[in-house]
Amino acid sequence: MTDVTIQIDNPMEIPFRRNGFIRFLNVFLGRKVVVFGAAIILALIVAAIFAPIISPYDPYSQNLSESLQPPSRAHLLGTDRFGRDVLSRIIYGTRVSLLVGIVSVGSAAFIGMTLGLIAGYFGRFINTLIMRFIDALMAIPPIMLALAIASALGGGLWNVIISLGISLIPTQARLMHGQVLTVKQADYITAGEVIGASDWRIMIKHVFPNCLPPLIVLITLNLGVAILAESALSFLGVGIRPPGAAWGSMVNDGYQYLLSNPILSFAPGFAIMLVVLAFNIVGDGLRDALDPRLRGTI
Amino acid sequence: MSDNTLLEVKNLKMYFPVTKGLLRKTVANVQAVDDVTFSISKGETLGLVGESGCGKTTVGRCILRLYRPTAGRVIFEGQDISLWPKDKIRPLRRKIQLIFQDPYSSLNPRQSAGDIVGEPLTVHKLVKNNREYRERLGELFRMVGLDPGMQDRVPHEFSGGQRQRIGIARALASNPSFIVCDEPVSALDVSIQAQVINLLQELQEELKLTYLFVAHDLSVVRHISDRVAVMYLGRIVEITDWETLYENPLHPYTKALLSAVPIPDPSLEEKREQIILRGDVPSPMNPPHGCYFHPRCRLATPECSRVKPPLRQIADNHAVACIRV
Repeated sequence: MTDVTIQIDNPMEIPFRRNGFIRFLNVFLGRKVVVFGAAIILALIVAAIFAPIISPYDPYSQNLSESLQPPSRAHLLGTDRFGRDVLSRIIYGTRVSLLVGIVSVGSAAFIGMTLGLIAGYFGRFINTLIMRFIDALMAIPPIMLALAIASALGGGLWNVIISLGISLIPTQARLMHGQVLTVKQADYITAGEVIGASDWRIMIKHVFPNCLPPLIVLITLNLGVAILAESALSFLGVGIRPPGAAWGSMVNDGYQYLLSNPILSFAPGFAIMLVVLAFNIVGDGLRDALDPRLRGTI
Repeated sequence: MSDNTLLEVKNLKMYFPVTKGLLRKTVANVQAVDDVTFSISKGETLGLVGESGCGKTTVGRCILRLYRPTAGRVIFEGQDISLWPKDKIRPLRRKIQLIFQDPYSSLNPRQSAGDIVGEPLTVHKLVKNNREYRERLGELFRMVGLDPGMQDRVPHEFSGGQRQRIGIARALASNPSFIVCDEPVSALDVSIQAQVINLLQELQEELKLTYLFVAHDLSVVRHISDRVAVMYLGRIVEITDWETLYENPLHPYTKALLSAVPIPDPSLEEKREQIILRGDVPSPMNPPHGCYFHPRCRLATPECSRVKPPLRQIADNHAVACIRV
């Protein structure tokens, strides 16, 4: 139908698609604080993988003659009541805490966002079905829900991850659902329909990316929640079983000696804070780097 | 129906139910479009004017099948598409396109201009390979007067006028034969309005497009339309070619609308009769009996509140829905 042809000598010469990923990295790594956060996360992952090499002692071997020692050259962060080296336990605890945090929040985010996206986009019956179920889950406080699930499944690392994952789904689904309802009003969603795009294409290409910013923030916040919730579950006896090393349970183990030997709780607490902080910073950086409006301004 | 007819709308009705309570009982209907009939020939531009909320946008969206009409038929290229299911409509979307009113909300802020314009090509598999895709993209950008080198930018890096051009390029990408322009210039600066209108006219000539041009600004409609339909509260009150409409408007509502268009001559402007309508537009949930316009009409008689005036053919190419003319 187009009788009009416009001469373009070589279409490949039109500057096209400067690599999007490089642009993303430019903004993402353009801020020092984000690089700092990313470095912490990277260091923790390395520590988790190479824990046996890095840690000075066996985190499980007890030596009651050396219990509750203050920090010294031999034990940089002292020892706990069983004489176990705190530093080694923190390094090993990285494994459990990162795993619990990342896997439970990651799967909760994936399932929650998918449910919220489908419910919000299709509306009507599907919406009622999914969101009323989410509401029912939300009526129970997350930690109670996790506790109930964990005690039903029994303790252990993977059951902790599953129960925390399930208890974090409702907030993700709710927020996504609300975002979808807002984004769905935009003309560009109608435009997607008018050009003949399928529902899935509209959902993934147009709705999802525009819903993302607040969800990234929620995910990074939930990481901290999950790592701390693991300690609560462990404290109540349905979490990581002793002598397993996890930061949350270490904080709990140390609280009895808070006055005499505060480092027992403070050291793992500091590690938790560091992780949460690092993920929050990286989450913020990610949100900004993914926002085309901020490209080149930061 | 002549062979030249591209689109026919017959007795189109679009009622939106107003629901209440847990069981979603329908308590009333918003009669957004009530019994609208018109046809558009190939290569023609039909202007659709009326004040806000009169249903002109809804007519456009029914034709695009973004809504499923309550009643009536939408016949495109001889096929009644009014009841087609979503899957059957999808391939047809190539041929019927939409240009949006708001150039800010109509482009996905997270897609590059190139991706936005190229999406119809991908969706309908209109290009075979990457080279063809880029060729077509460059062509589309030039067609609407944009530099193909800007494909990489994201919407917020463009001005309102440029954004509207991207929207037009997207609409053109799938080689449509019919485009619904939903107030395409009302959100733009006056100086940009003229550019975009001229662009639309040039494209119409080059690509043999047919437009349904929805607007509330009569001077814009006058510039681009071959025929004009005037809508009031979901119904067409007058439809004719624009010369007749401007020289010999018959419906009292059309007269009132035309008298609101400013004349760029102060002495003429002072002398002419201004018709200022009384009251507000009645609610489309509960329209008045008889002629919908009678509560605000200068010529209204008691009969007007009883009889629903049909759209009568007054002359060749001129139909009016008023019993007083």
